[in-house]
Amino acid sequence: MARKWQWFHRLGSPPGFYRASGYWLPWLAVAAALLLGVGLVWGLVYAPPDARQGNSFRIIYIHVPVSFLALAGYYVMAAAGAVHLIWRMKLADMVMTAAAPLGAALTFLALWSGAVWGKPTWGTYWVWDARITSMLVLLFLYLGMVALRLGFSNREAAGRACAVLALVGTVNIPIIYKSVDWWYSLHQPATIRLTAAPSMHPDMFKPLLVMIVGFYVFYALVLILNTRAEILARERRTGWVRDLAAGRNQR
Amino acid sequence: MSPQFHGVAEFLAMGGHGPYVWSAYGVALVVLVWLVVQPLRRRAAILKSVRQVLAREGNR
Repeated sequence: MARKWQWFHRLGSPPGFYRASGYWLPWLAVAAALLLGVGLVWGLVYAPPDARQGNSFRIIYIHVPVSFLALAGYYVMAAAGAVHLIWRMKLADMVMTAAAPLGAALTFLALWSGAVWGKPTWGTYWVWDARITSMLVLLFLYLGMVALRLGFSNREAAGRACAVLALVGTVNIPIIYKSVDWWYSLHQPATIRLTAAPSMHPDMFKPLLVMIVGFYVFYALVLILNTRAEILARERRTGWVRDLAAGRNQR
Repeated sequence: MSPQFHGVAEFLAMGGHGPYVWSAYGVALVVLVWLVVQPLRRRAAILKSVRQVLAREGNR
């Protein structure tokens, strides 16, 4: 076996990942705190108010990043599910398990921040339109992943069933993205596109960019924390976890 | 670049949109803190229970 793959096998084993990720955590925590702190003050205090929405527009600095991560988190979960189905990789099953409650929390925040932004902007907290309803479906998919796993006593079967559900649910993701273009919706179309300049003033956009990057780092941090807890829970009877608990090795 | 508000009261009022802005940020803060604390507590609880098992085995 080629030597260059050794790092991959080491990182792909639960104890190897647990050990390596222990070194990443402080960096991720500091980066997330700095980015979110700077973005928060910039967005809440220094960004100019919107000409039509006034200060309620500042909810964008929560709403857009958590909505991005609610969707990106689903890709992470579905990709982990696919890896687990194809290669029977234990760590992928653990990542999939870790991503479900995290995704549910972010989707809830996207819906919540959208509702309290909708009231002063559209005059209503909630409408059953395509974007909002498909995000609600996403929340139920995440919660379904958590519930499905709890419903199995056999871990192998639970992992396979969850992976299949995650992959089938991927259909919903392009529907969410395209909902504002395909159907008439109160929700505005995308402000930020990869193919064009953002339709937003730079003074408002720059803090948003900082918040988006900050939330990505935060997502990575929490996903790793959840995965590490899941690793310990599943391997609590193994020698290395016993050594760890007894303080017989580092980290 | 300068602050958009004169004083704390004006900042909290958010031009009349205070309840909306602060309920969005407040709930987000609670959820984000919970997301970090929950796995740390789970990890600590697991390690503690493993230590209890080790102690029981050691006493036998």
